Amino acid sequence: MFRYYAWLAGRSLRKNPALTALMVIAIGLGIGASITTLTVLRVLSGDPIPQKSAVLFHPQIDPADLDDWHEGEEPPDLIGYVDGMNLLKAGKADRQVLLTGGNAVIQPEGSSLDPFRTEARFTTADFFPMFDVPMLYGRGWTAEDDERRARVAVITRSLNDKLYGGANSVGRTLRIRGNDFQIVGVVDHWRPTPHFYDLVTGNYAEVEDVFVPLDVGLDLKLGRNGTMNCWGNGGGADPEHSPDCVYMQLWVELGTPEKRAAYMTFLNNYVNEQRALGRFPRPNSVKLRSVMEWLDYQKVVPSDVRLQVWLALGFLVVCLVNTVGLMLAKFLRRSGEVAVRRAIGASRREVFAQFLVEAGAVGVAGAVLGLLLALLGLWAVRQQPGDYASLAHIDLPMLLATLALALLASLISGLLPAWRACQVAPALQLKSD
Amino acid sequence: MDFMPIIAALKRQKTAAALIAIEIALCCAIICNALFLIIHRLERSSIPSGVPENELVRIQTTSVAEDPDVDARARAALQSLREIPGVQGATLINQVPFGRSSWNSGLRLKPEDKNTIVNATIYYGDAAMLSTLGAKLIAGRWFEESEFGDFATLLGAPDGEQPKIVIITRQLGQKLFGNENPLGREFAFGDVPVRVIGVLDHLVRPSIFDDATADCSLVFPVRMGAGYGAQYVLRTRPQDRDAVIAAAKKKLAEAMPNRIVLDTKGFDELRDENFKQDRVMAGLLIAVVVSLLVVTALGIVGLASFWVQRRRRQIGIRRALGATRGQILRYFQTENFLIVTVGIAVGMAAAFGISGWLMHHYELPRLPLYYLPVGAVALWLLGQIAVLAPALRAASVPPATATRPV
Repeated sequence: MFRYYAWLAGRSLRKNPALTALMVIAIGLGIGASITTLTVLRVLSGDPIPQKSAVLFHPQIDPADLDDWHEGEEPPDLIGYVDGMNLLKAGKADRQVLLTGGNAVIQPEGSSLDPFRTEARFTTADFFPMFDVPMLYGRGWTAEDDERRARVAVITRSLNDKLYGGANSVGRTLRIRGNDFQIVGVVDHWRPTPHFYDLVTGNYAEVEDVFVPLDVGLDLKLGRNGTMNCWGNGGGADPEHSPDCVYMQLWVELGTPEKRAAYMTFLNNYVNEQRALGRFPRPNSVKLRSVMEWLDYQKVVPSDVRLQVWLALGFLVVCLVNTVGLMLAKFLRRSGEVAVRRAIGASRREVFAQFLVEAGAVGVAGAVLGLLLALLGLWAVRQQPGDYASLAHIDLPMLLATLALALLASLISGLLPAWRACQVAPALQLKSD
Repeated sequence: MDFMPIIAALKRQKTAAALIAIEIALCCAIICNALFLIIHRLERSSIPSGVPENELVRIQTTSVAEDPDVDARARAALQSLREIPGVQGATLINQVPFGRSSWNSGLRLKPEDKNTIVNATIYYGDAAMLSTLGAKLIAGRWFEESEFGDFATLLGAPDGEQPKIVIITRQLGQKLFGNENPLGREFAFGDVPVRVIGVLDHLVRPSIFDDATADCSLVFPVRMGAGYGAQYVLRTRPQDRDAVIAAAKKKLAEAMPNRIVLDTKGFDELRDENFKQDRVMAGLLIAVVVSLLVVTALGIVGLASFWVQRRRRQIGIRRALGATRGQILRYFQTENFLIVTVGIAVGMAAAFGISGWLMHHYELPRLPLYYLPVGAVALWLLGQIAVLAPALRAASVPPATATRPV
């Protein structure tokens, strides 16, 4: 029966090519717009480090003075050098890392490349094991390297390709702003999305090209990259080491809920101790958010992207209402045909099925068109500015969702017209013609 | 025109009429809000900067090695930039309008106050800043040569040595002192009271966090050195820009062998980069509005054609009984007008609902009421244009149709 209905549907759709095209284009446009925006939303609201996001936490404490304080205020997003180092050295978590964004002016060996500036990350040693950073060559540095302020560096694969043609560069010397660093590792392809460990340098920024130990980066004044907030006297001549300026990120790894609770207690105790020493005048405000909680709190997904999704869904609804109207007109125009089929024995259910098949056929065509439009739409998104644009790619689940959505949409829009068509009273129609 | 027969006829095809009305309502709700968002974005991206953007270029440099004399070299380089033919002015400044990277501070009226009144951005400029940027001083005066200090000596110096005079923008004056004249008034910068000696018409911030304080800037008389993000700004005629940039790069390389040029950009390019997202969004919204109108119009054409075809016999009878072509034409036009009107009425309510939701989630102002009639007129026009072809076809049905089976 299905094949017969499909044949009927094909005939009917071919009979009115303009109307068929109109329905297919309407569904295709709606689906294309929706899938484009949903894909972007999905990419942007993903989990950057799925295997560990539940055990990585971002501690927040509030060491600021009482100016501008109000009840229930969130602690700052960032942490200062003094508190960051105190918490890091306390070593109360399974792993802990203190980091900040920076710059590196690189002077390539030989003369083929001019000196250039790239983004750097000043971090402590746990960064690499804690964030599961994949290494192409070598490895990260050790806590002793941090301690003795060793001039070691880890670079990304793309920088390694640029400077050393992709060869194993471990052991070679990298010259950064007149200082020699020994390369100890090369990071393989790695792009956590969002750039969760530091949202200040861009929610969807690419991973920095060069990693150096935190103290080395600060001591050599390689140049910071990011936001710094100060209070009181504004940090004086050396805001990087001032207790009154915040600009770094602290992350800790806590394997179990008990450890998380214990760490909360530890943070509160730390604040109380510091208050006894005359710091932390504000009431205790301590937060310990997991990766996904942190991303949610920071509202990383751009509000424009959410707005676009709503807009596309609204557009889809209009397109569907439009298709319902057109199908209704089309199906009712064939009342005579329905009457004949009913008169020679087709049940209402069979007539209903026949028209649903036709609606489904429009849906399939609409889905294919919608998919093509979505691919075009995503290509257009990738040409846009913004650090997330290049991430807009469709994946298999999204592809299947497109087809399902289009089919579902067209079947839903076919329900009412098909139902109305199968209500046609055979006798009346046959008489009137 | 008598509405009653039309309404009676519509009652016989409630579903189709309701579908068009729903479609119009959705369109009206989406289009009113989309138009508002488009205007909002476009207004945002055309915010005045207070400087002639197409005449200004910024040059960023960075050091490749330590150089103790770098500040002296930077100022020597500035002097040599002024000698380039076509350069009308050159200055060394800590940040530039639309340049993204910015220095900001919360301001209080008195040092002992607990609460910040407004957050402002801080420009550090030398004597040539005003003439180079071409910002308009609307009250008071610019700094005198003796009032400038060097950034390197001020950095970390005690409060007593910090600048005591400041020039602010008109908007910042309003935020600090309301409608009173800000000239001669004092406010607290950190713990230092500073006195306003001049007011600028506009000087936009490097990065706009909040549209309401986009123009809240202040200028201190401080000469920058090479470091701390200092950048050169050159003023030149647009047609000389490329030649001037090329010459400036050469001069900078000679004057400061330990520094490299990171980028050179016109202020107009900086503005473009800054608002690209807004313009992309506005373009997207325009595309959606146009698509909605086209889809809806085609839907109306499709349904109206269907109705006309279905009613050929009745139209023929009316024509045979003496109705003119014009009356048939107006019948379908009025029918469409009635349906669209119902849709618009529902759509306006929905538009207001969506606006409330947008206000809540996107910090947008309430949809101004005058958008509603604009949307209504647009949809009425759309309906009339869409129905015209089917209605004309109806009008051309010959009276003889009445005598024939369809």
